[in-house]
Amino acid sequence: MTSEYKTIDEANQAVIDKILAATPFLMDVVPAKSVIPLLDQQSGAKKVLLHAGPPIRWDEMTNPMQGSCIGAVLFEGWAADEDAALELLTSGKVAFEPCHHVGAVGPMGGITSANMPVLVVLNKTDGNYAYCTMNEGIGAVLRFGAYHRGVIERLRWMRDVLGPVLGQVLRGIEGGLNVNVLVTKAIAMGDEFHQRNIAASMCFLKEIAPRLVYADVPQDQLREVMRFLADTDQFFLNIMMAAAKAVMDAARTIQAGTIVTAMTRNGSNFGIRISGMGDTWFTAPVNTPDGLYFTGYSSADANPDMGDSAITETFGVGGMAMIAAPAVTRFVGSGGFGDALATSNEMRDICIARNPSFPVPTWDFQGICLGIDARKVVASRVTPVINTGIAHKQAGIGQIGAGTVHPPVECFDQAISAYAEQLGFTG
Amino acid sequence: MLTTIIRKNSYQDSITLMLLTNSIAEMDGINKVSIMMGTPANKDILAASGLGTPELAQAGANDIAIVMDSEREGIADEVLTNVDAFLARQGEQAQAQTEQTARSWEQALDQVPNANLVLLSIPGRYAEGEAERALDEGKHVFIFSDNVPLEAEVRLKEKAAAAGLLVMGPDCGTALIGGIPLAFANVVPRGTIGIVGASGTGIQEASCQIARLGAGVSHAIGTGGRDISQGVAARTMKMGIAALEADRDTDCILIVSKPPAPAVQAELLALLRASHKPVVVHFLGKTVTAHEPGLYFAHTLEEAAQLAVALSRGETPDVTQYAPEALALNGTDVADAACAVAAQDAEGVRSSAAAKAQGILGLYTGGTLAGEAAVMLEQALGAVGDHSSHTDGFMLNRDGHVIIDLGDDVYTQGKPHPMIAPLNRVEFIRRIADNTEVGVVLLDFVLGYGAHDDMAGETIPAIREVQAAARAAGRDLHFVATICGTEGDPQGFAAQKRALEEAGVLVALSNASAVATALALIGLAVHYEPCAVRATSESAAGAVASGGDPVLSASVSAVAQPVRLLLDEGPRIINVGLRSFTRPLVERGITHVQFDWQPLAGGDVRLQRVLTFLNRYSSETEARS
Repeated sequence: MTSEYKTIDEANQAVIDKILAATPFLMDVVPAKSVIPLLDQQSGAKKVLLHAGPPIRWDEMTNPMQGSCIGAVLFEGWAADEDAALELLTSGKVAFEPCHHVGAVGPMGGITSANMPVLVVLNKTDGNYAYCTMNEGIGAVLRFGAYHRGVIERLRWMRDVLGPVLGQVLRGIEGGLNVNVLVTKAIAMGDEFHQRNIAASMCFLKEIAPRLVYADVPQDQLREVMRFLADTDQFFLNIMMAAAKAVMDAARTIQAGTIVTAMTRNGSNFGIRISGMGDTWFTAPVNTPDGLYFTGYSSADANPDMGDSAITETFGVGGMAMIAAPAVTRFVGSGGFGDALATSNEMRDICIARNPSFPVPTWDFQGICLGIDARKVVASRVTPVINTGIAHKQAGIGQIGAGTVHPPVECFDQAISAYAEQLGFTG
Repeated sequence: MLTTIIRKNSYQDSITLMLLTNSIAEMDGINKVSIMMGTPANKDILAASGLGTPELAQAGANDIAIVMDSEREGIADEVLTNVDAFLARQGEQAQAQTEQTARSWEQALDQVPNANLVLLSIPGRYAEGEAERALDEGKHVFIFSDNVPLEAEVRLKEKAAAAGLLVMGPDCGTALIGGIPLAFANVVPRGTIGIVGASGTGIQEASCQIARLGAGVSHAIGTGGRDISQGVAARTMKMGIAALEADRDTDCILIVSKPPAPAVQAELLALLRASHKPVVVHFLGKTVTAHEPGLYFAHTLEEAAQLAVALSRGETPDVTQYAPEALALNGTDVADAACAVAAQDAEGVRSSAAAKAQGILGLYTGGTLAGEAAVMLEQALGAVGDHSSHTDGFMLNRDGHVIIDLGDDVYTQGKPHPMIAPLNRVEFIRRIADNTEVGVVLLDFVLGYGAHDDMAGETIPAIREVQAAARAAGRDLHFVATICGTEGDPQGFAAQKRALEEAGVLVALSNASAVATALALIGLAVHYEPCAVRATSESAAGAVASGGDPVLSASVSAVAQPVRLLLDEGPRIINVGLRSFTRPLVERGITHVQFDWQPLAGGDVRLQRVLTFLNRYSSETEARS
């Protein structure tokens, strides 16, 4: 720890000060390769795919994430069909890199390739950027491992129409779109930004629509974009993820203390980072979510937990702000509001403060949880609660339910032990 | 057969519909069911799960689509009824308020900010730290936990005294604060007798006897058994005496404990002699030779209660003669009555040898009650033995008479205490069938909060078995029981008594009476010499000092505001550990919070050290070193 901070508490305060000061703005939508050099094939010797979670090899990936990879290969035109795509992926000619390593986050499989459009969020306080692909809607989608023709066609439409149109509109907003404002509004309207984003998505559409009608694009494209945004309740989730990533990456510049700066899962392992240990991942096998299943499916069909979307909980929303979203409280358990309140109160105890920028009306206007302290997790064995979609373990079937999941506490134990050792603990 | 129901223009969110689906799926005759809004995406999901039907084409995004697979005719109507019922009762579940539960000190303190007492029942090795936390928060502490080191007890009590706080325990089994039973305690009417006790069942028996005599208890303060040792120097007992001396609800003070260490005893007696209130002292096993003005010594817990009740009523107790009463049944002497019971099954087959089994076997769950039985037996046998060591819980093992404390550590290793779980004693009772030495079995039944819900009911089958075996063998075998409880206890005194009597058990109204009954059955009795009230030099000094005694007046004036407030206002409790201890609090509407305590870092010692290191870490000290 740098001598700048005398105690862990001081260092942690510095970390949460970064979170409090952050001002994420949605600036643009651009092809991933234009902002993530690793994805630009001119500069890389290998083809590269980004994935969710801590590092993972192709052969370790669960079926849905592999399905997403096949979809990305087909989308990029690296192979003509599924068999060729599989051959390429198993040949070792495609390199895999966590989204988190290149300033990005990705939902579920998190598979991101060069030509996919990404949302660009700038944290104006620290001047750092973060990226995330756009939400594809529900049903058969790439993030759950689907890769049939309709999925690929949608991705191409997002690349050719949705991305460029939204980019044009966003660039037309001077200074970009202030994400904090949207979050503050929508949290008062019952969103927790992981399970429920409908209010924020509408607030977003409210900002976009008046400008969209003036966009310099063909009418049919305008209609398609308008229809897509109106239909996609979870559109804001990916904006929230990119914004949370931008905020937490700024917080990560304070390389001291025990604040959790990332939580993510790759279907095999859950990984966390803490402020004092910089880029190091602390991993343990993921849990399978508990939740409600669509008819015909059960926990036996569920894929183990995956996705970078737990960046929202790291920031303090999602499951950490369950009480903000009464409409989805019943995902917490069989109970209702009371259970959600108890959960949020419990989450408060593993955090060091509340974030007054985002008051929760249903929580007596207490701010959302701010700064998960890994020490408190280790001491209490209470782990953060993460709201999540549940993927079928077979690629292509898609989402089969939704619920909550907890990180394995061992991640926190390892992180805290490693940090103590770095500071001279020898016991 | 697939059936489709479409409810037009009826919207519910997907979570509600998933819960509804789960509920309908439990109906008889439903093979499979799904209920969703009729959006295109949902219709795809229905089709994918084998529930696609042509009727679904009619369902729009604002229509609820119910598709079910069932062979039963007319099930659709039933399903619709249940769907409506489910949607109508959605809010009910949430209205059922769950009890407040905390998982951290912060939460507990947040939920009951004005708590004044922390009740600790957690593993002993953690008790010191959590008790210290409670004291730091300005709360009194009741430590039910045992296995707390002596040094820790001294340190905690010193710290508490400095803050004017009370530490009851460690290993404190019972207390009544402002009439509220804590941990293992009986429901006793409120009254004017204040008890300070270093023994759990001792306080319970004394308070039950007080209740039986129609009086009540102001407060009963437990100290923990080690408080009266030389090391702890009765720190809690002294505070308790001073608190009761100052308490306006208390007219008479009753002390119940094993004999304290000599120096401690002298200090305590000096303090008690200076009291303005009449005092009764029962030091279990200590021979009583005389009383002093205003300071009475009792032979048994029963006599202690009798003396205290008389004194609290302003009467002068008759101390010339005390004899615990051997039970009379239906007006007949117990020996005759017992013979009558035995005669019912005599059938003339009793061999004289078998009939002469004269051993008393006491199987006790309450340690102090066992101790009292042992002392009385020794008295009756005409010699006083050594009480200091009790191998294997044997409080007495002499001349064929055995008194066992089944609550002794030997019997509770990895097992629940026999007051909670009857099984261990039931095994002991069963073995009596083959033990022809035993003529009288002495049992205690401790009622009240914390104790088993129906100890009599759990024990009676074994009693009947053994009685039948004894009958078959022509043995003369008697069961004598004492019930430590009141009618107000959750188990109900009368119901337990009736059940035992129906099983042919002689039920005495006190432990002393039960022991006297057992002795009478083998032709023995306890005799106590008459004790007069005599002013001694110490008592004279105490009486002179009364009112101006530096010891007590200093103590009384030092009774800190927190202790006065605890007794005056009653407890508001943070219950750390055993959830069952909240039962009397819930029933009485006492402000409390359940703190589901977990050891730090799940008890992982290395992680605890890591946390301590990080919490104490300072870059400056690190730089210096």
